Amino acid sequence: MEQIIANGLYLGSQYALIALGLTLIFALMNVLNFAHGQMYVLGGFVTYTVYAQLGLPFIVGLLASATTLAVVGALIEKFLFRPVIRKSHREESTMLLAAGIAFFLDAVILLVFGEKQRGVPKIVNGVLNWDFRIIMPYDRILICVLTIFFIAAFIGYMQYSKTGRAMRALAQDKVAAQLMGVNVARYSMIGFALGAMLAGLVGGLLVSITGVNLGMGGPTSIKAFMMVMIGGAGVISGAIAGGLILGMLESVGLSVLSQYGDITYLLIFVSLIIFLAIRPQGLMGKPWG
Amino acid sequence: MKRRNLLKSMMLAATASTVIGFSSLSALAANETLKIGFVGVTSGPAAAWGISNVRSMQARAEWINEIGGVKIGAKTYNVDIVTFDDQKDPKRAIAGMEKMAQEGIHYVVGPNVDDGAAAVRPVAEQNGIMYFPYAFPKSLYKAPASNAVLGMVANYQSGPAIYKYLKDTKGVKKVAFVAANESDPLSQRDGGVAAAKALGLEVVSGNITYQVDTTDFTPVITPIIRLQPDLLVLSGVAPANAPQLIRSARELGYQGLISTETAQDATVLKEGAGELANGFISVGGASTPEIASDAMKEFVTRYTKMFGEYNDESNTKVYALEYILETLKANPAAMSDVKAFQKTMDTFEAPNPYMKGDAKLKYVGMTSFGQKRQVAVPLVVNVYKDGKFDTLFVAAVD
Repeated sequence: MEQIIANGLYLGSQYALIALGLTLIFALMNVLNFAHGQMYVLGGFVTYTVYAQLGLPFIVGLLASATTLAVVGALIEKFLFRPVIRKSHREESTMLLAAGIAFFLDAVILLVFGEKQRGVPKIVNGVLNWDFRIIMPYDRILICVLTIFFIAAFIGYMQYSKTGRAMRALAQDKVAAQLMGVNVARYSMIGFALGAMLAGLVGGLLVSITGVNLGMGGPTSIKAFMMVMIGGAGVISGAIAGGLILGMLESVGLSVLSQYGDITYLLIFVSLIIFLAIRPQGLMGKPWG
Repeated sequence: MKRRNLLKSMMLAATASTVIGFSSLSALAANETLKIGFVGVTSGPAAAWGISNVRSMQARAEWINEIGGVKIGAKTYNVDIVTFDDQKDPKRAIAGMEKMAQEGIHYVVGPNVDDGAAAVRPVAEQNGIMYFPYAFPKSLYKAPASNAVLGMVANYQSGPAIYKYLKDTKGVKKVAFVAANESDPLSQRDGGVAAAKALGLEVVSGNITYQVDTTDFTPVITPIIRLQPDLLVLSGVAPANAPQLIRSARELGYQGLISTETAQDATVLKEGAGELANGFISVGGASTPEIASDAMKEFVTRYTKMFGEYNDESNTKVYALEYILETLKANPAAMSDVKAFQKTMDTFEAPNPYMKGDAKLKYVGMTSFGQKRQVAVPLVVNVYKDGKFDTLFVAAVD
């Protein structure tokens, strides 16, 4: 049981960090960013290049991933989403744009980094073995701690910084925020860059555990959407709760139901359908959006 | 005078360039184009399988074209590879095969997976296309199926050989299987379980599966490790997943053997699992330093030069195109008549350029399929050690 909980917490923390960026972008711009998974993959490849290929410290790789994705996110918002949102009031326009960006990033990643699975040397060696009740490699523990640290830092930033307050105001009521002097265009761009940066950061963190390959983008986006739906779209605490719940469900299901074949995700999806039928706004979302 | 000389020289130069230009044009024009298709997966987690196919074909085609083309009957052809990414989706595989039919292509390499290969069968048979899948269902190759030719060694041919070897030499008694929840790995797992039982091995776990898009395998592997098998078989594992599965198992304290019947990539294993992958047993590309000919070495050099990095799987994937071309050379009537191709397959034999000695290219499969619907490539079983594969044993399939 201890192992199942440890696995669940580890998975949940990384899922939560993935979902945070997605929910932030949704909250600020009402955009379903289908390219979130591809941004995660790009972040993984940047860390791979810096850490494994160039031989620089892992932390430099992480910083490079975060910076690259922040820049990519800002450019995407400024030159792609902003004009589309200005010209079209139909939500599907931004959805199609996001899907197009996902395909574009897939193609770029294939061209630049190739089709193969890539991995990096372990950042910490050794395995914690607590009497065979919990077995957890030290690098997973470190990544879990770093993930929790980044989540806490993100919450702190959103809570106490001027930019964070402006973005929260924007998420709550765009018109009111604008009337209060919040520069919508500027903070939308910062928000999108921050969301993309989180995707890049978690991609960089997890490349040391799971490696990275071109095909990870789509499934990562799907999981991130599931977490956001569980927790409530556009709610930061909801994304964290959604991530932890999904991680725990996955860990329990894969351990307890393993002898029945791969029914864990089947049950998760069935539960999600029933849950959304009862509470379509998710755990912490508001019915009015 | 000087001016006249200058004019003369200019006219001579112009004539010479025209002659040279026309002669090169006519040399190019002399060769017709032979289109060979590829329908398979070149994106997503299993992309390495299809990309090694495409790149092998492209490297070999460029090599052939560079030395003047391939002579089939009275004509010489340049080889043109037409590719289609089916994204491991059977519907797209059908679309790909239809595209090949529309382009008048009669010989196609791929698809890479079971459901794709099964899906394209009607299209291939209706349109007179011979195709070379890397998929294992016997129904594709047994009569009345006629147009598919297995491009590699199947898991039900390699699995028993590996398990027997490990039983005899390493004392393996208990086996556990883990597979992705999709058709290929599941059918390979079922075949593996049957083969292990037939050898008298105890199968301690045969039904644990994982989602295709799993990235963290620790929760998947945890229940298996508790059963303490002597051998953990990663049935049909994609190259992208193998290092993560190995790493999770080893980090959870598993000390036994780990094997698979699919081909893997040494660089991917090194990067993804490092020294934890040492001892991992897999089916390798159909070449080892001991049996590789100079042609195979040149192919590896050309491939590496063209694409920057070699893939050991291409030692197997280079064969399909060679078989197609050599069979067409043996019977030029097969250029547009696959029935003629099929007839030739029964007696076809040609020197194997990729192996030392007097090895032959020939079609096999009588034991498994009752008809010759498999290319003969060596069954090479490798063990991974410190970033490269060492040969464990080499066998043949009849």
